Amino acid sequence: MMKEYANIIEVKGLAKTFDGITAVDSISFDVFAGELFGFLGPNGAGKTTTINMLTGLARPDAGSICIGGIDCSRKPRAAQHLIGVVPDESNLYPELTGFDNLCFCGALYGLPKCQRQEKARELLDEFGLTKAADRKFGGYSKGMKRKLTIAAGIIHKPEILFLDEPTTGLDVASARQLRQLIADLHRAGTTIFLTTHYIEEAQRLCERIAFIVSGRIVKIDSVENLLQPLQEKNVVQIICANAKNDIQHKLSESFPDMEFIFSEQNVIRVESGNPILAGAIVRFMEEQGVEVSEARRIRPSLEDVFVQITGIEADVMKKEKEKAGGGKA
Amino acid sequence: MKAWVAFWNIMVKDMRTYYLKPPNISWGVLFPLVWIGMFFIRSGLGLESIPDLLPGVMALSILFGTTSVLSVTITFEKKNRSFERLLLAPISLEVLMLAKTTGAIVFGTLNAFVPILIAAFLTDLSDVNWMVIVSAMVLIAVSSTFLGLFIAVSVKEVFEAQTFSNFFRFPMLFLCGLFFPIEQIPMWLRPVSYVLPLTYGVDVLHGSIHQAGHMPLLLNFGLLAAFCAVLFAVSLRNIRRKWIM
Repeated sequence: MMKEYANIIEVKGLAKTFDGITAVDSISFDVFAGELFGFLGPNGAGKTTTINMLTGLARPDAGSICIGGIDCSRKPRAAQHLIGVVPDESNLYPELTGFDNLCFCGALYGLPKCQRQEKARELLDEFGLTKAADRKFGGYSKGMKRKLTIAAGIIHKPEILFLDEPTTGLDVASARQLRQLIADLHRAGTTIFLTTHYIEEAQRLCERIAFIVSGRIVKIDSVENLLQPLQEKNVVQIICANAKNDIQHKLSESFPDMEFIFSEQNVIRVESGNPILAGAIVRFMEEQGVEVSEARRIRPSLEDVFVQITGIEADVMKKEKEKAGGGKA
Repeated sequence: MKAWVAFWNIMVKDMRTYYLKPPNISWGVLFPLVWIGMFFIRSGLGLESIPDLLPGVMALSILFGTTSVLSVTITFEKKNRSFERLLLAPISLEVLMLAKTTGAIVFGTLNAFVPILIAAFLTDLSDVNWMVIVSAMVLIAVSSTFLGLFIAVSVKEVFEAQTFSNFFRFPMLFLCGLFFPIEQIPMWLRPVSYVLPLTYGVDVLHGSIHQAGHMPLLLNFGLLAAFCAVLFAVSLRNIRRKWIM
């Protein structure tokens, strides 16, 4: 059934304004059936508003949405049988047990009693929550809550799963486990629409990524294509103990084919289209009285692509990550 | 069939989670008892006054039983975002909101049986037309529940739901002919009485229990049904406008 549509989601000119503030500004994109599509951007970029419009929780001001061949522009809730949604905050019922929560969510999609109970047990087992099945959801840890919320989102076997910031606020182990679960779901054929502000997470999981900033999509492409231009570039990161104010100018003068970027205090990023001789730079810096503690080649990442395309420093995303209480992605 | 599975499970979950909790049941029993006791003491009349008091106490039990829980639970679920889960279900908004309100309707109707049971022990209710009484109880419960729904979708915070409920409920105690006839209300206030659905439900109860109704039965039922339809339609419109923004 999934293979019937080349594009399982088609969005054209989608826009949404709240109290005069544009949250989503005429965005257009397609999601292919069976792909893991990433929607990446800082907080307030419009990711959740876009998900809300795609899932029928918000009405677009302009534009069209087609999900699984169903035109949802006029009837925002027309394709809800095709989708599963895992919101950015776990929103199951704290007074119900894990098992009852899953059964209730199955019932919302019309699953008969025996089928939803069987599926609930299966999912609890798959997500490692069998022992907590009869405990109330309110007493679950954050990681367990996220896992059960994902299980609740897929109990009816949706064709498309919307995951809104699935690993935000989780510890490293839980985040890793969840990413594995997401990858498994994708391998099983579910189309996944993932929003995140963890760049590394998007790079690891997604096939294609859209960068959204201030309500606008600034770039959509496959991860390989996004990384391609930077892979032709050589990058060395130098960490020093006492970078002097004039060192950037001196380095640029002595090594004219290289670009020296001071992204953080005492961290220098050296970029060049030609091979970089790190030893020569380190020697030069030491001659200038700068104490170098580390110099290493680094592979360009999606973070570099994001910074290059959006102009937003990776630090901003990192700070948001910390503010959200998230562990390392 | 699928919508029916969802409807039934939403209703059962709400009944279990909210309405059939011991504090709520004890409130449902205690509330009419307190009102009956209060009016007995205040009036100083004997058991012969029970048929006069019964319609008012029944109506109050339904009104408070339905509005107090529904408006708070819906506001609470909206606030903690579990209501979003319901909005994502592939069922129509009409079915969803009927499922959310049926628990309150059942609970409110059951509440009204508490004063009836008490009265049955104390006085003769053999002349009562039970068919009309039960129909009126259900319609009062439906209109009160939809009033609770209207309140729930008009506020954002749980405490606002309580305050706004009282804004409607307390004037109804005096304006709907519960314990004294509308004719005793000052003329300038009477139009307010006639725009409150409880007025018509109480009139049916007065007519059926002690033959003291003022309006034709069919008119009362018709107006109650109209109030139910309008309150439900307005609430749905507000949900579409405010919650599916």
